[in-house]
Amino acid sequence: MSAADTTTPAKVPTPRQAPPPDVPDRPRRERTGGGAGTPWLLLAPCLLILVLVMGYPLVRLVTLSFQKFGQSQLWGFQPAESVGFDNFTNVLGDSEFWQVVIRTVVFAAGCVIFTMVAGMLIALLLQKVSGWVKTLVNIALVASWGMPIIVATTVFKWLFDADYGVLNAVLSKLPGVDLIGHNWFASGPQGLAVIMLLVVWGAVPFVVITLSAGLTQVPKELEEAARLDGSGAFSVFRYVTLPILKPIIVMLTTLSVIWDMGVFPQVFVMRNGHPEQEFQILTTYSYDRAFVVNDYGQGSAIALITVMLLLGVVAVYMRQMLKIGEVE
Amino acid sequence: MSAIASMGRRRNRQGRSKAGWNILGLLVFLVAGFPVYWMINTAFKPAKDAIDPDPSLLPTGVTLSNFDRALEIADFWGPVGRSLIVSLTVVVIGIVVGLLAALAISRFAFRGRKIVIVGILAVQMVPLVAMIIPVFLLLNDLGQYDKLSGLILTYLTFILPFTVWTLRGFIVNIPKELEEAAMVDGCSRTGAFVRVVFPLLAPGLVATSVYGFIQAWNEYLYALMLLSQEKQTATVWLGNFTTKHGTEYAPMMAGATMMAVPIVVLFLLVQRKMAAGLTAGAVKG
Repeated sequence: MSAADTTTPAKVPTPRQAPPPDVPDRPRRERTGGGAGTPWLLLAPCLLILVLVMGYPLVRLVTLSFQKFGQSQLWGFQPAESVGFDNFTNVLGDSEFWQVVIRTVVFAAGCVIFTMVAGMLIALLLQKVSGWVKTLVNIALVASWGMPIIVATTVFKWLFDADYGVLNAVLSKLPGVDLIGHNWFASGPQGLAVIMLLVVWGAVPFVVITLSAGLTQVPKELEEAARLDGSGAFSVFRYVTLPILKPIIVMLTTLSVIWDMGVFPQVFVMRNGHPEQEFQILTTYSYDRAFVVNDYGQGSAIALITVMLLLGVVAVYMRQMLKIGEVE
Repeated sequence: MSAIASMGRRRNRQGRSKAGWNILGLLVFLVAGFPVYWMINTAFKPAKDAIDPDPSLLPTGVTLSNFDRALEIADFWGPVGRSLIVSLTVVVIGIVVGLLAALAISRFAFRGRKIVIVGILAVQMVPLVAMIIPVFLLLNDLGQYDKLSGLILTYLTFILPFTVWTLRGFIVNIPKELEEAAMVDGCSRTGAFVRVVFPLLAPGLVATSVYGFIQAWNEYLYALMLLSQEKQTATVWLGNFTTKHGTEYAPMMAGATMMAVPIVVLFLLVQRKMAAGLTAGAVKG
């Protein structure tokens, strides 16, 4: 018990400079009922595992990004030497890196915006349709939500195949469109647009189902009252529904940003494990630097920069969670 | 039921606009469901129809030959067995350890509780991809590279925060008063938990386990990087259909169907419960 008491505070990843939990809190023993040590004892295995598999690698990620660490360091022929900020200055001074950053931000922003807008529209539509249509749409949504990402990626690869893909064949039936043999992955922007579609297709169901649940909690009387006061459908949505849904929307948006900035397997598998330069986003770029170029230091620096970019979004998410009292 | 009934009453008034909405809804159904349909459709197609440049949108005939081909391209049951071992072990450890932690943060008032909660939430937000380099080096140092035990350990990084957080959600929905009543009647704290809380928590435990299992089963990057070709798991197995000579799409869709159907069925079973847990209290404002 004392081991758990003395070691746990340091292991908890503290995102803010909150005071370290002062554990040996004997006077409260009676009030908590089970002894002040009990909760820490219950938490100990969880925190121990998290420190080993999460805390340690996180620290290692930071130290690695300040080291020269290549193949010879990996096999132990040479000790890792510290190189200060070299990895960061190299990365930040590389124009390719900035292209990757811009591409990633545009890609993630596109994914998030399309996901949220499509999700909102479908959730609103589901309120208007008949029961059986709603059931059908829900079945399709849950099935696509439940598809393993790797499976979905291979299916989209097949749909968009240049020679035998069904999409080219169907689109070419439209007047004035000839896409027979069109290779969607010949150019980066087009290929990434396909991948974006894949990400959005997989992400929309969660947004729709969450928003639908939220919509059922919007009081009917409020909407009715607004309508009686002469509001049109759009202003009812804008001034009544939207403000009530705002906490959910903030949460969904922040989660989507975090997930979409971390997209990896979709790009990786779509490009057969070797994304071309035009397809590199931050995650694949970091992977490439580490495992293809064998520069683990620079790969870590890129990963660390990615995490830093996300910190602001995580902060918004956490604030929202604290605000709605989920953390109480 | 009553929703359908009330819709029925309103149908006369709004019949025409409702039909419009329904057509839009069916369009959404078609677009959202098409990839799934096309996967299954291709999987059962005769091989020569699958590489028709002008494919028929409707099924052209049913054959299982693509499944036979999928099974002979590379060992299937080995990867499935390994995926099962990894996912089940991760879930068992995750549930036991996670339940203890979830109890601590939902049923005890102690100093530092909020920090632990915020910490667990924050850990969930770190993208897995960002961690692959140090995790790879860590397993290398521990001699756990290319071992299932190493993969299990790393899967706990995302399963554990998830189980703690989800179980916490289920536990806080069980009124504390029930436990207190049992304790007044002479149960110990542990006894009250085992007899009162645990039975109420059981459905939540099952749903969390199933969902955790699905997440572990679907993981790709760590499985690809931390195990060698001979020890590949089910998700990595799907990559065998693409070689230098191109991709065998029809068998690949058969493989994809075999991978996806059990997972989607499991997902359907628990989805409702999980979705409720994810959004509980979100509209409190």
